[in-house]
Amino acid sequence: MKKTKEVVIEKFLLFSALITILTTIGIVLVLAIEAFKFFREVSVFEFLTDTEWTPLFTKKRFGILPLLSGTFLTSIIAIAVALPIGLTIAIFLSEYAPRKFREYIKPSLEMLAAVPTVVYGFFALTVVTPFLQTIIPGMSGFNSLSAGIVMGIMIIPIISSLSEDALRAVPNSLREASYGMGSTRLQTAFKVTVPAASSGIVVSIILAISRAIGETMIVAIAAGQQPRLTMNPLVPVETLTAYIVQVSLGDVPHNSLEYRTIFAAGITLFIFTFILNNISHWIKNKYREKYD
Amino acid sequence: MTSRKNRNNRLKDKIFSVWGIISTLIGLILLVIFIGDIIIEGIHRIDWDFLTGLPSRKPEIAGIFTAMMGTIWVLLLTAMISFPIGVAAGVYLEEYGKKGRLSKLLEINISNLAGVPSIIYGLLGLEIFARIMNLGSSILAGSMTLALLILPIIIVATRESIKAVPSSLKDASFALGATKWQTIYLQVLPASFGGILTGVILALSRAVGEAAPLIVVGALAYVPFAPKTPMDEFSVLPIQIFNWISRPQHGFITNAAAAIIILLVITFAMNGVAIYLRNKWQKKIKW
Repeated sequence: MKKTKEVVIEKFLLFSALITILTTIGIVLVLAIEAFKFFREVSVFEFLTDTEWTPLFTKKRFGILPLLSGTFLTSIIAIAVALPIGLTIAIFLSEYAPRKFREYIKPSLEMLAAVPTVVYGFFALTVVTPFLQTIIPGMSGFNSLSAGIVMGIMIIPIISSLSEDALRAVPNSLREASYGMGSTRLQTAFKVTVPAASSGIVVSIILAISRAIGETMIVAIAAGQQPRLTMNPLVPVETLTAYIVQVSLGDVPHNSLEYRTIFAAGITLFIFTFILNNISHWIKNKYREKYD
Repeated sequence: MTSRKNRNNRLKDKIFSVWGIISTLIGLILLVIFIGDIIIEGIHRIDWDFLTGLPSRKPEIAGIFTAMMGTIWVLLLTAMISFPIGVAAGVYLEEYGKKGRLSKLLEINISNLAGVPSIIYGLLGLEIFARIMNLGSSILAGSMTLALLILPIIIVATRESIKAVPSSLKDASFALGATKWQTIYLQVLPASFGGILTGVILALSRAVGEAAPLIVVGALAYVPFAPKTPMDEFSVLPIQIFNWISRPQHGFITNAAAAIIILLVITFAMNGVAIYLRNKWQKKIKW
């Protein structure tokens, strides 16, 4: 009696764990099946090489490049903001700041990541864009610059937290050896600890990029909804994620080609984040520093 | 010559430490500016009518009642679905499936799921829950989608908390003749409950702020009445905010700011409770 109960419970626990596998299978199947139906009507060649994306117009073109360029442009701007600031914070907290300061500041920084992204979108559209427009006249009301900057602020804690963990895992003997040679803290940081923690830092950057690529509401609100193959940060663009939101808000009939375009955009997004996440796992496992 | 170089290096060191402080504070200062700006814009709009008002085409009389009710419904259902599954999965991985290929696969899979963008979960929910399971754009379909989204966070938090329970406690329980499940249920789970609860609340606070997956599942920007059953159509606060931001009249920007204040209060309150619980539990239990 007792034994059956134990077995039943273990089965239930196992089933709960398997739900995560089913989720992955579900995601892959849903994206693959709908994307397959999409590619029966649109050639892969057109999808990858056409420079216009106009599935909702009467003259339909299905080139993913404009959505990709929008996604990468906003992400590059975000990383350009988050990387120098995040890395500096990580080095400062691990090499310079007193312990007490670090203990208070780290949870506060993580608050940046707890703010809902729709709130960041509001900041970008109503605070950052008007401010930038006073500096850069002629800047459009929707643009990738302000969306990217705000997204960068949001992902600072990803880089700073994970990089700081990596830096602090570097054993003190390495630092002491460097100080013993007469190095300053700055020289020690950049010549000893940062190189020693480089794999952890790279992982944090990759995860931040992956997060930026998948971010939706900030770009849907502040970057605009005009697919455009451009690297100009001052004009409206559209990202993969913003396109999915745009179509979901409208009234697109199920089983139409327009409906399937969001899955084609979705699988593109999924492939990029999947590759990035797996690179970061691979680096984490392969280059785990061992000093003991 | 060496001393000048030395002085130079010390100067660089000082400069970097100043730059370090600036970098550390810049994000927080910007956040304070943003929130201050929002409070100035929206605080005067918050009153009883705003909280209990139905959506409207006129910004002065529009309220957040239906979105607020949608958020509460989604929060409760998401918690009811994700809590048991997430904790059970965490217990399985930590206590039962320690070795073997299956647990390795589960582990890699969970960390991969944590990196999947939330909007992809929306596509999953749209196809599986809303269409194939025929739930439509209901609260239930939205909640199931969000539950899957936060499952990895809950599983990881559960595992971390269970890991912190010393094995002496388990050994004592086994020595008294308890079965594996009795040991888990009567010893391990109570001892790790604080940590698990902290993780669950943090995960739910993430779910409260999500708009993208729910928009994809088909949540509406305009719902005339508050939902009454899990099968009703719904809106949530973040979607209401998104909708108001996209309107041209300035009155709606004020409304959006006011609704953001409410959303931030909810998010920060949940984070605060989670941190409070964590600290309390850490102080109470010393192994």
